[in-house]
Amino acid sequence: MVKTKTNTEDYLRMYRQMMRIRSFEDNANQLYLSAKMPGLTHMYSGEEAVAVGICEALKVTDKITSTHRGHGHCVAKGANFKEMFCELLGKEQGYCRGKGGSMHIADQSNGNLGANAIVGGSMGIATGSAFTAKLLGKDDVTVCFFGDGATAQGLMYEVMNMAALWNLPVIYACENNGYSEYTKTEEIAAGSITARAEAFGIEAHQIDGQDVLAVNELTQKLVARARKGEGPFFMELMTYRYHGHHVGDINREYYRSKEEEKEWKENRDPIIKFRSWLVEQGIASEDEIEAMNAEIKKDAEEAVAYAEAAPYPDQSEVDMHVFTDVKHALA
Amino acid sequence: MREITLSQAVNEALAEEMRRDETVFIIGEDVAEAGTPFKILSGLVEEFGTDRVVDTPISEPGFMGLAVGAAMTGTRPVVDLMFGDFIYLIMDQLCNQAAKTHYMSGGKMSAPLVLRTNMGATRRSAAQHSQSLHALVAHIPGLKVAMPSSAYEAKGLMKTAIRDNNPVVIFEDKLMYNDKAPVPDEEFLIPFGEANVKRAGSDITLIGTSSMVQVCEAAAEILAKEGIEAEVIDPRTIVPLDEETLIASAKKTSRVIVVDEGHQSYGITGEIAGRINEKAFYHLDAPVLRMGAMDVPVPFSPALEDITVPTPEGVAENARKLMSGEMIHAA
Ligand SMILES: Cc1ncc(C[n+]2csc(CCOP(=O)(O)OP(=O)(O)O)c2C)c(N)n1
Ligand SMILES: [Mg+2]
Repeated sequence: MVKTKTNTEDYLRMYRQMMRIRSFEDNANQLYLSAKMPGLTHMYSGEEAVAVGICEALKVTDKITSTHRGHGHCVAKGANFKEMFCELLGKEQGYCRGKGGSMHIADQSNGNLGANAIVGGSMGIATGSAFTAKLLGKDDVTVCFFGDGATAQGLMYEVMNMAALWNLPVIYACENNGYSEYTKTEEIAAGSITARAEAFGIEAHQIDGQDVLAVNELTQKLVARARKGEGPFFMELMTYRYHGHHVGDINREYYRSKEEEKEWKENRDPIIKFRSWLVEQGIASEDEIEAMNAEIKKDAEEAVAYAEAAPYPDQSEVDMHVFTDVKHALA
Repeated sequence: MREITLSQAVNEALAEEMRRDETVFIIGEDVAEAGTPFKILSGLVEEFGTDRVVDTPISEPGFMGLAVGAAMTGTRPVVDLMFGDFIYLIMDQLCNQAAKTHYMSGGKMSAPLVLRTNMGATRRSAAQHSQSLHALVAHIPGLKVAMPSSAYEAKGLMKTAIRDNNPVVIFEDKLMYNDKAPVPDEEFLIPFGEANVKRAGSDITLIGTSSMVQVCEAAAEILAKEGIEAEVIDPRTIVPLDEETLIASAKKTSRVIVVDEGHQSYGITGEIAGRINEKAFYHLDAPVLRMGAMDVPVPFSPALEDITVPTPEGVAENARKLMSGEMIHAA
């Protein structure tokens, strides 16, 4: 991985974005633990290199679809902490005015078509977004994020077939974190995941999802080719979630050992790995990195405080946005 | 009498029926070791093994279809659908296949299966994990629909459902899983189509389903303090519906409010109100009032979510208006 200094800015931004995701999630978890967050949420911690490696290869106009574990995708595609925390707390200034919450966070301004609480529910949407690009002659690429568990949804095979038939500019990005809820992937997925895409004639790659540079490099190539009409593509990114399935999933030794968690956190952490590389390559000093971390931490804490103090939507908003052309559906 | 939670009641009913009939099996996501995310099925896989408590991939249409086929050929599947909201994914298998098998075969085949799922908002789970969709399936001829209002009903109705030779859908309110109620030690079944008069009264009838029975009971308490005697009725199954008991009560009190957590428009409340109008019109002193959930997707923000479902205060308020004649000229 010998890189020239000309890419310094890109590398530092990748580090920063990964760290921002980690910091966002630490704060979100804390909000849950201190009973300040309504409902439950799914942490992205541990999987940062996937979202960042991919989104750093995209333009603002490119689209993504996200999942129930969607904070990482949202940050990586360019979202702000304040609007995100406001959404998590159901506040009016949230990205979705508090109507969506963690599982439906969307940031249309940066091309994030939204998280989805239906496993696999965004696969059609991502494919449709790629269809738009082709129909309207735009060079946008759409990345569809989904988990290993979502590969069990029939919808995936229906849309991959169409995407392949019509050479749509979509990249299916399977985040294989080894589990779907409380079940190991090998118990729910027969055969090979990449081979399923290959069966439709879709070029598929399996890649280490903890290596942000490798993910980024591959994505850049695939995005460039997808823009030229050579899509679709499929990526299986091998990764790991550090927390439970959701923040409330605390006692999980019955399905996942502490040793396994420790191994991934200590020896395969995407942020630690990349940080050492940055220092080794002389791209940043330890001090510079610490300063960056401190700044991100401060940003996140300020955003949390802002969101906590922010107002809830007025009750009159409850029947707004049911239809696009009707201000109050029940008026 | 001992008290158990609704969740324990469901667990007991399943265990008893699985002991009684070896063709009964459970199928769904994370039903075995995990015992579902709500821990309702804990302990069943230990007793009945993984052949009869079957963990599936996240393939709802797949395992629902499989259950229809299994039911048609000599078994009694109990399908576990983790959230009622996922019913949209299995509609074809449930409504085009299971519901019509008996009719289309001229009575030669049947699909004796149970679909267990849930309903209920105010859990801060947003629009795709909070819906109460029983009206969708109640609309389809060939499906029976049960809505337990406490642990007692949950157990008795589940046992009846498993022994029924038709497809039955049971909606449990996910906010009631930890609610306790007296449940006999001895075996009992609750027949379908028999409403339960929870409280006798002569001034007004409050018909509630599922958790709305408790809302009606609380409203009746409020009204009693004001000298209004409300009768509270729980239909327990909406298909078949115990019209006789509902009509008799309407004739007796001459005023009726129907309360249900499904969306108000085109829902259960309208259906029940319609039947009462048809059969008790000349006995009524006021129009039958519908109170369903607000006709909006369930919002995430606590500030908005709480105002979308009927409350005891709201029911009492409407009851007062009906009693005073205000509603008659409302429109
Ligand atoms: C259609 C549907 N079925 C089930 C669920 C419940 N559920 C939420 S997340 C999840 C596991 C998803 O696993 P995976 O796709 O691997 O994503 P991960 O959580 O590991 O990121 C399940 C079963 C759901 N939300 N939608
Ligand atoms: Mg997974």
